Amino acid sequence: MFESISERFSSIFDKLRYGGALTEDNIREGLREVRRALLEADVNVDVVKEFLDKCTAKAVGEDIVKGVEPGQQVVQIVHDQLIELMGESDTEIPFAKNGPTVILMAGLQGSGKTTTTAKLAMMLLGMGKRPMMVAADLQRPAAIEQLKILGEHVGVPVFHESGMTPPELCAKALKHAEGDNRDVILLDTAGRLHVDDQLMDEIADVSKRTKPTQTYLVVDSMTGQDAVNSAKAFNERLEIDGVIFTKLDGDTRGGAIVSLRHIVGKPIKFIGVGEKIEAVQPFQPDRYARRILGMGDILSFVEKAQGAIDEKEAAKLEEKFLKNKFDLEDFSKQLQTIMKMGSLKDLLGLIPGVGAKFKQLDIDESVFKKYQAIISSMTGYERARPDLIDMSRRRRIANGSGNSTHEVQTLLKQFQTMKKMMGKFGDIQEMAGKLPEQDELTPEQLANPQAFMPNPNRLFSARVDKKAERKAKQDKKKKRKMAKKNKR
Amino acid sequence: MVFGALGRLFGKIKTGLSKTRSALGDALRGLIGQGRHIDQDFLDELEYRLLAADIGVAKTEAIVAEVQQRYKAGELAPGEELLDLIKRSLRNELEESLPEELNWAESGPTVVLVVGVNGAGKTTSVAKLAKRFKDLDKKVLIAAGDTYRAAAVEQLEIWADRVGVDLIKQKTGSDAAAVAFDAVAAADARGADLVLIDTAGRLHNKEHLMRELEKVRRVIQKRVPAAPHETLLVLDATAGQNAIQQAKLFDASMGITGLILTKLDGTAKGGVAITIKRELGLPVRFIGVGEGMDDLQPFEPDAFINAILGTEGGASA
Repeated sequence: MFESISERFSSIFDKLRYGGALTEDNIREGLREVRRALLEADVNVDVVKEFLDKCTAKAVGEDIVKGVEPGQQVVQIVHDQLIELMGESDTEIPFAKNGPTVILMAGLQGSGKTTTTAKLAMMLLGMGKRPMMVAADLQRPAAIEQLKILGEHVGVPVFHESGMTPPELCAKALKHAEGDNRDVILLDTAGRLHVDDQLMDEIADVSKRTKPTQTYLVVDSMTGQDAVNSAKAFNERLEIDGVIFTKLDGDTRGGAIVSLRHIVGKPIKFIGVGEKIEAVQPFQPDRYARRILGMGDILSFVEKAQGAIDEKEAAKLEEKFLKNKFDLEDFSKQLQTIMKMGSLKDLLGLIPGVGAKFKQLDIDESVFKKYQAIISSMTGYERARPDLIDMSRRRRIANGSGNSTHEVQTLLKQFQTMKKMMGKFGDIQEMAGKLPEQDELTPEQLANPQAFMPNPNRLFSARVDKKAERKAKQDKKKKRKMAKKNKR
Repeated sequence: MVFGALGRLFGKIKTGLSKTRSALGDALRGLIGQGRHIDQDFLDELEYRLLAADIGVAKTEAIVAEVQQRYKAGELAPGEELLDLIKRSLRNELEESLPEELNWAESGPTVVLVVGVNGAGKTTSVAKLAKRFKDLDKKVLIAAGDTYRAAAVEQLEIWADRVGVDLIKQKTGSDAAAVAFDAVAAADARGADLVLIDTAGRLHNKEHLMRELEKVRRVIQKRVPAAPHETLLVLDATAGQNAIQQAKLFDASMGITGLILTKLDGTAKGGVAITIKRELGLPVRFIGVGEGMDDLQPFEPDAFINAILGTEGGASA
């Protein structure tokens, strides 16, 4: 997500490391770089100024801690200030104690309200709630239709009646929800500009009539400087309780998150991280702060993996790995797990120091689906003994899965390579053992994770087989000898 | 002078801006006093305004340095004010508006592909473009190429009805490239002048989605080799520096010919377009200034600069 700013900070902090004592002069240059980085990340210009003033005030006159480089101390200060600014995590939805909980969704056009509404409905279902969505966007053509389709998809009813204004519609929806025994009502409203008085009056009226338990502002994470203007205006009219940032699966640096947190002072509740309906996550401020400071996000990675991997299955697989009994059936299961975890590239991006290296890498994930198709066209016997798949079997599998025999061959080859790679799992375990604990990281390491991370490239370099090398050398020697002999 | 020439357009942008605008024009004029010197306060204020307009830190610093240097070199024309010099500097970044609104095909239908990230305003822009060129007596056809988002087809259907143009569609979930091909073929057969192809929103960093878009282009080229004659990237004016990345990657993949800057009726100024022009040479072609189908205008650099600086009327840049 935020590799770019992380990289920037890393290089800035390197520079700072060679400072002298902490004076206003020698930290100014470093903080100037921090300023550039924050501005480039779209943090609001006023927020940047205030943030840096605070950092300077903290840094100047601070006693130099013995044994700690001054630059490192500044890094620590910037880090602490950022954590402080982001505040405590607050991703609870406080449900109403009496009667149904009403959640009002507001925001500019195209920020992602409708999609997010459906995502929240899905999340609430998972929490054992009985949600209902209200299609109150009467502005955009087919917006009602869109919510209805999404509602059907997630299995949540959508309320709409024509011939009413949005405030009337929402008020009626509340009554309807009671009769239907619905406990959470999500109001999807039209996107509107904060300077459109008429539409702002309208949503204020919706709020007055429905008295929402929570009002969420939905904001596009790619928003620039203007984010604070619109958020302020919405907050003045609606008193928002939280912000939801969308499209964080892009490569935006998401500076608007910092800006809004500072200016509006409301918690960031959730983030949208994909077009799939389940792609919504609680927002973790400290994690975001660490991420912006270049620490990567190992925690997200681990969580994703835990969500997708079935422990028992994993144990069975591990045993098979070790005994080298891994077959195509297992391969297929593994592909399924990987696909469940989401985009591979996103996953790699979460690992500190790795994201940047894979930025240019092109991963074609459609190939997984193809492989799945090929494997499911095989018999159980073939899956267990891929080495026995001959040309005629290959042809049958190709026809069965709608692929060419060449593609079947490619899969088999890849599988062989993978089996060879298994030997390298020991290396991964070894690497993981060397990783420091999250809490033990010093700001120094935090600023430059590459310094302590084992080099992941090692995994992908060809493994030198010393035995084979020796044998090859000997063979060469023998040949030369033979050639000499023959000459004679 | 300027007011007369820019007329309705500037009025429309200004209506939105005036509400929360803290006029740089006034602020800067106040700092300049009687007009012709420049000090650190002035430069700071200028820098602040440019940054707040999303022009970006590197570009802003360059502009401020340039203004300073030009001022020192005594490049103020007789009778010119400092503000005009700033406008002139900014104006240099943006091309004159193009003589033709679109790069029309020499024969057969002109194919325009409309692309962009989710929520930028592609579908609405397609509708507005259709209206604009229909009003110019062109025979326009639109294609519902967003086959992914729920009800995107229905949305464009309603627009087609309102504008009064033909729509080529298939159901949601079908192949976008097939819809585009059908549209181009239909345009050819029906003798249409212009075919506008809507596409699904996609984040520029998702390779597989970008490849899907490349496929749309390849497939329409099978029918009309010179197509698309224009590939327009729709950019949300509220977008910050990430817009540069959007433009870069969409351009690398699709060969963008111009930008449509939407939602300029809010308080965002879309200053990042200046950086995109400078770095990638991609000009803004149209701007969106409202939700109605007539709220699309050809890009006017002067009005755009005035909106960024909060200046109006006065001497022309």
